[in-house]
Amino acid sequence: MLQSAAPLYDDLIPGGSHWSFIMRRGHVLRLIDETGGANVGMLMYNPENPLERYNMPDTLKNQHTFLLTKGHVLLSDMGRVFASIIRDDLGWHDTVSGTCNADQVEKRWGKKTYQEAHNHYHRNGFSSFLNELAKYGLGKKDLTANLNWFSKVKTDDDGNMAYVSDHSYAGATVDLRFEMDTIVVLHTCPHPLNTTPDYPRHPLRYQLFKAAPVTDADPCKISSPEATRAFANTALYHMMQS
Amino acid sequence: MIKESELKPENASFRETVPAGDYFLKVVKAGETVRILDLEGNQAADTLFYNAHNPTERYSAVDTIREQGNVYLTAGSKLMSSENNVMLEITADTCGRHDTLGGACAAESNTTRYALEKKCMHACRDSWLVAVTEHEELGMTKRDITHNINFFMNVPVTADGGLTFADGISDAGKYVELKAAMDVLVMISNCPQLNNPCNAYNPTPIEVLVWS
Repeated sequence: MLQSAAPLYDDLIPGGSHWSFIMRRGHVLRLIDETGGANVGMLMYNPENPLERYNMPDTLKNQHTFLLTKGHVLLSDMGRVFASIIRDDLGWHDTVSGTCNADQVEKRWGKKTYQEAHNHYHRNGFSSFLNELAKYGLGKKDLTANLNWFSKVKTDDDGNMAYVSDHSYAGATVDLRFEMDTIVVLHTCPHPLNTTPDYPRHPLRYQLFKAAPVTDADPCKISSPEATRAFANTALYHMMQS
Repeated sequence: MIKESELKPENASFRETVPAGDYFLKVVKAGETVRILDLEGNQAADTLFYNAHNPTERYSAVDTIREQGNVYLTAGSKLMSSENNVMLEITADTCGRHDTLGGACAAESNTTRYALEKKCMHACRDSWLVAVTEHEELGMTKRDITHNINFFMNVPVTADGGLTFADGISDAGKYVELKAAMDVLVMISNCPQLNNPCNAYNPTPIEVLVWS
Protein backbone atom coordinates (compact mmCIF):
# COMPACT_ATOMS: atom_id res chain seq x y z
CA MET A 1 0.00 0.00 0.00
CA LEU A 2 3.08 2.20 -0.37
CA GLN A 3 3.99 3.52 -3.79
CA SER A 4 7.69 2.85 -3.16
CA ALA A 5 9.77 1.29 -0.43
CA ALA A 6 12.06 4.28 0.07
CA PRO A 7 10.80 6.99 2.43
CA LEU A 8 10.43 10.55 1.15
CA TYR A 9 11.61 11.74 4.54
CA ASP A 10 13.08 10.19 7.66
CA ASP A 11 13.44 11.86 11.05
CA LEU A 12 13.95 11.07 14.71
CA ILE A 13 12.06 12.84 17.50
CA PRO A 14 13.86 12.47 20.86
CA GLY A 15 12.01 10.98 23.83
CA GLY A 16 10.23 13.49 26.07
CA SER A 17 9.65 15.94 23.19
CA HIS A 18 6.88 17.32 21.00
CA TRP A 19 6.45 18.11 17.33
CA SER A 20 3.73 18.74 14.75
CA PHE A 21 3.25 18.93 10.98
CA ILE A 22 0.59 18.69 8.33
CA MET A 23 0.14 15.34 6.63
CA ARG A 24 -1.24 15.56 3.12
CA ARG A 25 -3.90 13.23 1.83
CA GLY A 26 -2.45 10.24 -0.03
CA HIS A 27 0.66 10.01 2.11
CA VAL A 28 1.68 7.50 4.75
CA LEU A 29 3.13 8.38 8.13
CA ARG A 30 5.23 5.50 9.42
CA LEU A 31 5.81 5.48 13.18
CA ILE A 32 8.72 3.35 14.39
CA ASP A 33 9.52 2.62 18.02
CA GLU A 34 13.28 3.12 17.70
CA THR A 35 14.38 1.60 21.02
CA GLY A 36 11.31 -0.23 22.35
CA GLY A 37 9.09 1.13 25.12
CA ALA A 38 7.94 4.21 23.20
CA ASN A 39 4.71 6.11 23.79
CA VAL A 40 3.53 8.60 21.20
CA GLY A 41 0.64 10.87 22.13
CA MET A 42 -1.22 12.17 19.06
CA LEU A 43 -4.02 14.58 18.21
CA MET A 44 -5.41 15.34 14.74
CA TYR A 45 -7.24 18.33 13.22
CA ASN A 46 -8.45 19.40 9.79
CA PRO A 47 -6.19 22.30 8.72
CA GLU A 48 -9.06 23.80 6.68
CA ASN A 49 -11.31 23.85 9.72
CA PRO A 50 -9.63 22.84 12.98
CA LEU A 51 -13.06 22.50 14.62
CA GLU A 52 -12.99 19.10 12.92
CA ARG A 53 -10.82 16.90 15.13
CA TYR A 54 -10.06 13.30 16.04
CA ASN A 55 -12.98 11.80 17.94
CA MET A 56 -12.17 8.93 20.27
CA PRO A 57 -15.79 7.91 21.03
CA ASP A 58 -16.81 7.85 17.35
CA THR A 59 -13.66 5.92 16.41
CA LEU A 60 -14.31 3.28 19.07
CA LYS A 61 -18.05 2.88 18.80
CA ASN A 62 -18.14 2.82 15.00
CA GLN A 63 -15.74 -0.10 15.00
CA HIS A 64 -16.98 -1.78 18.21
CA THR A 65 -13.49 -1.71 19.60
CA PHE A 66 -11.63 -0.55 22.70
CA LEU A 67 -8.20 -0.93 21.04
CA LEU A 68 -6.76 0.35 17.77
CA THR A 69 -4.87 -1.81 15.28
CA LYS A 70 -4.47 -2.63 11.58
CA GLY A 71 -7.73 -2.35 9.67
CA HIS A 72 -9.16 0.39 11.85
CA VAL A 73 -9.77 3.94 10.70
CA LEU A 74 -9.29 7.09 12.78
CA LEU A 75 -12.45 9.17 12.57
CA SER A 76 -13.09 12.86 12.91
CA ASP A 77 -16.14 14.21 14.70
CA MET A 78 -17.58 14.99 11.24
CA GLY A 79 -17.97 11.35 10.24
CA ARG A 80 -14.85 11.33 8.06
CA VAL A 81 -11.58 9.41 8.02
CA PHE A 82 -8.40 11.26 8.93
CA ALA A 83 -6.24 8.16 8.56
CA SER A 84 -6.36 4.39 8.08
CA ILE A 85 -4.11 2.01 10.01
CA ILE A 86 -2.65 -0.04 7.14
CA ARG A 87 0.12 -1.73 9.12
CA ASP A 88 0.53 -2.51 12.79
CA ASP A 89 3.13 -4.81 14.33
CA LEU A 90 1.69 -4.68 17.85
CA GLY A 91 -2.05 -5.37 17.66
CA TRP A 92 -3.09 -2.94 20.37
CA HIS A 93 -2.79 0.84 20.80
CA ASP A 94 -4.50 2.93 23.47
CA THR A 95 -6.82 5.89 22.95
CA VAL A 96 -8.67 5.98 26.29
CA SER A 97 -6.03 6.94 28.88
CA GLY A 98 -5.36 10.56 27.97
CA THR A 99 -2.04 12.19 28.70
CA CYS A 100 0.06 13.08 31.71
CA ASN A 101 0.37 16.61 33.09
CA ALA A 102 3.13 18.46 34.97
CA ASP A 103 1.90 17.50 38.46
CA GLN A 104 1.68 13.82 37.58
CA VAL A 105 5.15 13.78 36.02
CA GLU A 106 6.64 15.52 39.06
CA LYS A 107 4.87 13.16 41.45
CA ARG A 108 6.04 10.05 39.61
CA TRP A 109 9.50 10.96 38.38
CA GLY A 110 10.47 14.11 40.24
CA LYS A 111 10.95 17.60 38.96
CA LYS A 112 13.74 18.22 36.52
CA THR A 113 13.88 21.77 35.19
CA TYR A 114 15.44 23.08 32.02
CA GLN A 115 17.95 25.07 34.10
CA GLU A 116 19.05 21.85 35.72
CA ALA A 117 18.83 19.32 32.89
CA HIS A 118 18.65 21.34 29.65
CA ASN A 119 16.97 19.23 26.99
CA HIS A 120 16.60 16.33 29.38
CA TYR A 121 14.14 18.25 31.52
CA HIS A 122 10.88 16.46 32.33
CA ARG A 123 8.30 17.43 29.78
CA ASN A 124 4.70 16.28 30.07
CA GLY A 125 2.11 15.42 27.42
CA PHE A 126 -0.49 18.05 28.40
CA SER A 127 1.89 21.02 28.12
CA SER A 128 3.49 19.49 25.04
CA PHE A 129 0.14 19.32 23.24
CA LEU A 130 -0.67 22.92 24.19
CA ASN A 131 2.74 24.06 22.99
CA GLU A 132 2.18 22.55 19.53
CA LEU A 133 -1.53 23.48 19.32
CA ALA A 134 -0.65 27.13 19.87
CA LYS A 135 1.27 27.09 16.57
CA TYR A 136 -2.06 26.67 14.76
CA GLY A 137 -4.01 29.15 16.87
CA LEU A 138 -5.47 26.33 18.93
CA GLY A 139 -5.55 25.85 22.70
CA LYS A 140 -7.08 24.14 25.71
CA LYS A 141 -10.53 24.12 24.17
CA ASP A 142 -9.19 22.02 21.33
CA LEU A 143 -7.61 19.35 23.50
CA THR A 144 -9.51 16.12 23.26
CA ALA A 145 -8.96 12.43 23.96
CA ASN A 146 -5.64 11.56 22.33
CA LEU A 147 -4.10 8.46 20.85
CA ASN A 148 -1.25 6.71 22.66
CA TRP A 149 0.66 4.74 20.02
CA PHE A 150 2.74 1.74 21.18
CA SER A 151 0.91 1.63 24.54
CA LYS A 152 -1.56 -1.03 25.70
CA VAL A 153 -4.16 -0.61 28.42
CA LYS A 154 -6.51 -3.55 28.87
CA THR A 155 -9.47 -4.11 31.15
CA ASP A 156 -10.93 -7.04 33.05
CA ASP A 157 -14.61 -8.03 33.15
CA ASP A 158 -15.28 -5.46 35.87
CA GLY A 159 -13.73 -2.64 33.84
CA ASN A 160 -10.51 -2.38 35.88
CA MET A 161 -7.74 -0.95 33.71
CA ALA A 162 -4.21 -2.36 33.56
CA TYR A 163 -1.23 -0.83 31.78
CA VAL A 164 0.79 -3.51 30.01
CA SER A 165 4.50 -2.79 30.35
CA ASP A 166 7.01 -4.09 27.82
CA HIS A 167 4.29 -4.05 25.14
CA SER A 168 6.35 -2.48 22.37
CA TYR A 169 9.76 -3.44 21.08
CA ALA A 170 12.56 -1.88 19.04
CA GLY A 171 11.47 -1.64 15.42
CA ALA A 172 7.73 -2.01 16.05
CA THR A 173 6.00 -0.12 13.26
CA VAL A 174 2.62 1.48 12.58
CA ASP A 175 1.66 2.88 9.15
CA LEU A 176 -1.04 5.54 8.96
CA ARG A 177 -2.37 6.36 5.50
CA PHE A 178 -3.93 9.80 5.53
CA GLU A 179 -7.25 10.11 3.72
CA MET A 180 -7.53 13.86 4.45
CA ASP A 181 -5.07 16.67 4.97
CA THR A 182 -4.46 16.57 8.71
CA ILE A 183 -2.64 18.59 11.35
CA VAL A 184 -0.74 15.94 13.32
CA VAL A 185 0.28 17.01 16.83
CA LEU A 186 2.43 14.57 18.74
CA HIS A 187 4.59 14.12 21.79
CA THR A 188 6.98 11.43 22.97
CA CYS A 189 6.25 11.96 26.67
CA PRO A 190 5.51 8.99 28.94
CA HIS A 191 2.16 7.23 28.94
CA PRO A 192 0.21 8.48 31.97
CA LEU A 193 -0.04 4.96 33.42
CA ASN A 194 3.63 4.08 33.00
CA THR A 195 5.16 3.46 36.45
CA THR A 196 8.74 2.69 35.44
CA PRO A 197 11.11 4.14 38.11
CA ASP A 198 13.04 6.46 35.79
CA TYR A 199 11.36 8.98 33.46
CA PRO A 200 10.90 6.89 30.27
CA ARG A 201 12.60 8.66 27.39
CA HIS A 202 12.09 6.79 24.12
CA PRO A 203 12.52 8.40 20.71
CA LEU A 204 10.18 8.08 17.75
CA ARG A 205 11.47 7.50 14.23
CA TYR A 206 8.95 8.67 11.66
CA GLN A 207 9.04 8.38 7.90
CA LEU A 208 6.87 9.73 5.12
CA PHE A 209 5.85 7.77 2.04
CA LYS A 210 3.59 8.28 -0.92
CA ALA A 211 0.57 5.96 -0.60
CA ALA A 212 -0.64 3.70 -3.36
CA PRO A 213 -4.14 4.67 -4.57
CA VAL A 214 -7.00 3.46 -2.36
CA THR A 215 -9.13 0.90 -4.19
CA ASP A 216 -12.71 -0.12 -3.49
CA ALA A 217 -11.32 -3.40 -2.10
CA ASP A 218 -9.07 -1.61 0.38
CA PRO A 219 -9.08 -3.58 3.66
CA CYS A 220 -9.68 -0.48 5.81
CA LYS A 221 -12.41 0.82 3.51
CA ILE A 222 -14.37 -2.45 3.70
CA SER A 223 -13.50 -3.33 7.29
CA SER A 224 -17.04 -2.46 8.41
CA PRO A 225 -20.15 -0.83 6.94
CA GLU A 226 -19.41 2.09 9.26
CA ALA A 227 -15.91 2.53 7.77
CA THR A 228 -17.27 2.27 4.22
CA ARG A 229 -19.75 5.06 4.98
CA ALA A 230 -17.00 7.19 6.58
CA PHE A 231 -14.95 6.77 3.39
CA ALA A 232 -18.03 7.85 1.40
CA ASN A 233 -18.30 10.99 3.55
CA THR A 234 -14.59 11.67 3.00
CA ALA A 235 -14.93 11.22 -0.77
CA LEU A 236 -17.79 13.72 -0.77
CA TYR A 237 -15.61 16.20 1.11
CA HIS A 238 -12.85 15.82 -1.49
CA MET A 239 -15.30 16.18 -4.36
CA MET A 240 -16.39 19.52 -2.96
CA GLN A 241 -12.78 20.64 -2.76
CA SER A 242 -11.88 19.92 -6.39
CA MET B 1 -22.45 -0.21 42.77
CA ILE B 2 -26.06 0.36 43.74
CA LYS B 3 -26.37 3.07 46.37
CA GLU B 4 -29.62 4.77 47.19
CA SER B 5 -29.93 8.40 48.18
CA GLU B 6 -31.42 9.74 51.37
CA LEU B 7 -32.47 12.98 49.70
CA LYS B 8 -36.20 13.50 49.31
CA PRO B 9 -37.56 14.98 46.07
CA GLU B 10 -39.96 17.18 48.05
CA ASN B 11 -36.96 18.91 49.66
CA ALA B 12 -35.24 19.69 46.34
CA SER B 13 -34.57 23.37 45.65
CA PHE B 14 -34.99 22.86 41.90
CA ARG B 15 -36.88 20.41 39.68
CA GLU B 16 -37.25 20.40 35.93
CA THR B 17 -38.45 17.81 33.43
CA VAL B 18 -36.39 17.70 30.23
CA PRO B 19 -38.18 16.19 27.21
CA ALA B 20 -36.23 13.98 24.82
CA GLY B 21 -34.43 16.10 22.24
CA ASP B 22 -34.14 19.15 24.51
CA TYR B 23 -31.10 20.48 26.30
CA PHE B 24 -30.67 21.38 29.95
CA LEU B 25 -28.23 24.02 31.16
CA LYS B 26 -27.70 25.04 34.78
CA VAL B 27 -24.93 25.99 37.20
CA VAL B 28 -24.72 23.68 40.21
CA LYS B 29 -22.77 25.25 43.07
CA ALA B 30 -19.99 23.55 44.99
CA GLY B 31 -21.58 21.45 47.74
CA GLU B 32 -24.92 21.12 45.97
CA THR B 33 -26.23 17.76 44.78
CA VAL B 34 -27.80 17.17 41.38
CA ARG B 35 -29.89 14.11 40.53
CA ILE B 36 -30.64 12.94 37.01
CA LEU B 37 -33.75 10.78 37.04
CA ASP B 38 -34.62 8.31 34.28
CA LEU B 39 -38.40 8.77 34.30
CA GLU B 40 -39.40 5.99 31.91
CA GLY B 41 -36.25 3.84 31.66
CA ASN B 42 -33.26 3.26 29.34
CA GLN B 43 -33.04 6.90 28.32
CA ALA B 44 -29.58 8.34 27.60
CA ALA B 45 -28.71 11.59 29.36
CA ASP B 46 -25.64 12.83 27.45
CA THR B 47 -23.94 15.17 29.88
CA LEU B 48 -21.03 17.61 29.78
CA PHE B 49 -19.65 19.47 32.81
CA TYR B 50 -17.63 22.69 32.82
CA ASN B 51 -15.93 24.76 35.49
CA ALA B 52 -18.61 27.46 35.77
CA HIS B 53 -15.98 30.19 36.11
CA ASN B 54 -13.67 28.95 33.35
CA PRO B 55 -15.30 26.67 30.77
CA THR B 56 -11.92 25.86 29.21
CA GLU B 57 -11.70 23.43 32.12
CA ARG B 58 -14.22 20.66 31.47
CA TYR B 59 -15.16 17.07 32.17
CA SER B 60 -12.63 14.66 30.69
CA ALA B 61 -13.58 11.04 30.09
CA VAL B 62 -9.98 9.91 29.73
CA ASP B 63 -8.71 11.63 32.89
CA THR B 64 -11.69 10.27 34.82
CA ILE B 65 -11.31 6.62 33.90
CA ARG B 66 -7.53 6.70 34.18
CA GLU B 67 -7.50 8.28 37.64
CA GLN B 68 -10.05 5.80 39.00
CA GLY B 69 -8.51 2.88 37.09
CA ASN B 70 -11.85 1.69 35.78
CA VAL B 71 -13.80 2.39 32.59
CA TYR B 72 -17.27 2.42 34.18
CA LEU B 73 -18.88 5.11 36.28
CA THR B 74 -21.00 4.45 39.37
CA ALA B 75 -21.36 5.52 43.03
CA GLY B 76 -17.94 6.55 44.31
CA SER B 77 -16.62 7.65 40.90
CA LYS B 78 -14.96 11.04 40.93
CA LEU B 79 -15.44 12.95 37.70
CA MET B 80 -12.16 14.60 36.70
CA SER B 81 -11.62 17.72 34.63
CA SER B 82 -9.29 18.20 31.68
CA GLU B 83 -6.88 19.70 34.23
CA ASN B 84 -7.18 16.67 36.48
CA ASN B 85 -9.25 18.34 39.20
CA VAL B 86 -12.26 16.66 40.82
CA MET B 87 -15.42 18.28 39.48
CA LEU B 88 -18.12 16.09 41.00
CA GLU B 89 -18.50 12.78 42.79
CA ILE B 90 -21.26 10.27 42.13
CA THR B 91 -22.82 9.92 45.59
CA ALA B 92 -25.81 7.73 44.73
CA ASP B 93 -26.66 5.46 41.83
CA THR B 94 -29.58 3.06 41.48
CA CYS B 95 -28.62 2.06 37.94
CA GLY B 96 -25.15 0.65 38.65
CA ARG B 97 -23.18 1.56 35.57
CA HIS B 98 -22.85 4.52 33.21
CA ASP B 99 -20.86 4.87 30.01
CA THR B 100 -18.22 7.50 29.31
CA LEU B 101 -16.53 6.02 26.21
CA GLY B 102 -19.37 5.95 23.70
CA GLY B 103 -19.70 9.69 23.26
CA ALA B 104 -22.77 11.39 21.88
CA CYS B 105 -24.73 11.09 18.70
CA ALA B 106 -24.23 13.75 16.04
CA ALA B 107 -25.74 14.22 12.62
CA GLU B 108 -22.40 13.19 11.12
CA SER B 109 -21.83 10.16 13.33
CA ASN B 110 -25.38 9.04 12.55
CA THR B 111 -24.32 8.82 8.89
CA THR B 112 -21.48 6.44 9.69
CA ARG B 113 -23.17 4.39 12.40
CA TYR B 114 -26.57 3.93 10.78
CA ALA B 115 -26.95 5.20 7.20
CA LEU B 116 -25.80 8.15 5.11
CA GLU B 117 -29.38 9.40 4.78
CA LYS B 118 -29.77 9.76 8.57
CA LYS B 119 -27.84 13.02 8.41
CA CYS B 120 -30.76 15.33 9.03
CA MET B 121 -32.00 13.56 12.15
CA HIS B 122 -31.85 15.45 15.42
CA ALA B 123 -28.82 14.48 17.53
CA CYS B 124 -27.20 15.25 20.88
CA ARG B 125 -24.47 17.43 19.44
CA ASP B 126 -27.13 19.55 17.73
CA SER B 127 -28.80 20.09 21.10
CA TRP B 128 -25.50 21.21 22.63
CA LEU B 129 -24.75 23.50 19.68
CA VAL B 130 -28.16 25.10 20.14
CA ALA B 131 -27.47 25.42 23.87
CA VAL B 132 -24.15 27.25 23.41
CA THR B 133 -25.45 29.49 20.62
CA GLU B 134 -28.59 30.42 22.59
CA HIS B 135 -26.36 31.34 25.54
CA GLU B 136 -23.73 33.57 23.97
CA GLU B 137 -22.95 34.95 27.43
CA LEU B 138 -21.14 31.69 28.14
CA GLY B 139 -18.63 32.38 25.35
CA MET B 140 -18.82 28.75 24.23
CA THR B 141 -18.82 27.25 20.73
CA LYS B 142 -18.37 23.88 19.04
CA ARG B 143 -14.78 23.96 20.37
CA ASP B 144 -16.26 23.30 23.80
CA ILE B 145 -18.15 20.18 22.79
CA THR B 146 -16.05 17.23 23.87
CA HIS B 147 -16.45 13.72 25.25
CA ASN B 148 -19.41 13.30 27.56
CA ILE B 149 -20.99 10.90 29.99
CA ASN B 150 -23.90 8.78 28.78
CA PHE B 151 -25.83 8.37 32.00
CA PHE B 152 -27.94 5.18 32.02
CA MET B 153 -26.12 3.64 29.02
CA ASN B 154 -24.32 0.31 29.21
CA VAL B 155 -21.29 -0.10 26.93
CA PRO B 156 -19.23 -3.06 28.16
CA VAL B 157 -15.56 -3.43 27.25
CA THR B 158 -14.37 -7.00 26.78
CA ALA B 159 -11.04 -8.38 28.01
CA ASP B 160 -9.85 -8.84 24.41
CA GLY B 161 -10.49 -5.19 23.58
CA GLY B 162 -14.00 -5.25 22.14
CA LEU B 163 -16.68 -2.66 22.77
CA THR B 164 -20.29 -3.77 22.90
CA PHE B 165 -23.57 -1.93 23.17
CA ALA B 166 -25.59 -3.99 25.58
CA ASP B 167 -29.23 -3.64 26.47
CA GLY B 168 -29.87 -0.91 28.95
CA ILE B 169 -29.69 -1.76 32.63
CA SER B 170 -31.68 1.28 33.66
CA ASP B 171 -35.39 1.34 34.31
CA ALA B 172 -38.16 3.76 35.12
CA GLY B 173 -37.33 5.65 38.30
CA LYS B 174 -33.63 4.87 38.38
CA TYR B 175 -31.32 7.78 39.04
CA VAL B 176 -27.77 8.97 39.46
CA GLU B 177 -26.81 11.66 41.95
CA LEU B 178 -23.69 13.81 41.94
CA LYS B 179 -22.25 16.20 44.51
CA ALA B 180 -20.37 19.14 43.01
CA ALA B 181 -16.82 19.76 44.24
CA MET B 182 -16.61 23.06 42.34
CA ASP B 183 -19.18 25.37 40.76
CA VAL B 184 -20.08 23.43 37.62
CA LEU B 185 -22.08 24.23 34.53
CA VAL B 186 -24.16 21.15 33.73
CA MET B 187 -25.10 20.76 30.06
CA ILE B 188 -27.31 17.80 29.21
CA SER B 189 -28.64 16.67 25.88
CA ASN B 190 -31.57 14.41 26.59
CA CYS B 191 -30.80 12.09 23.70
CA PRO B 192 -33.14 12.20 20.68
CA GLN B 193 -31.61 9.07 19.11
CA LEU B 194 -34.22 7.11 17.14
CA ASN B 195 -31.84 4.47 15.73
CA ASN B 196 -30.51 2.82 18.84
CA PRO B 197 -32.11 -0.34 20.25
CA CYS B 198 -30.77 0.59 23.72
CA ASN B 199 -33.76 2.85 24.25
CA ALA B 200 -36.14 0.66 22.23
CA TYR B 201 -36.15 3.43 19.54
CA ASN B 202 -38.21 5.56 21.90
CA PRO B 203 -36.51 8.54 23.59
CA THR B 204 -38.28 9.64 26.77
CA PRO B 205 -38.10 12.53 29.27
CA ILE B 206 -35.75 12.82 32.23
CA GLU B 207 -36.01 14.95 35.35
CA VAL B 208 -33.23 16.99 36.95
CA LEU B 209 -33.37 17.81 40.66
CA VAL B 210 -30.98 19.91 42.75
CA TRP B 211 -30.58 20.04 46.52
CA SER B 212 -28.82 23.09 47.95
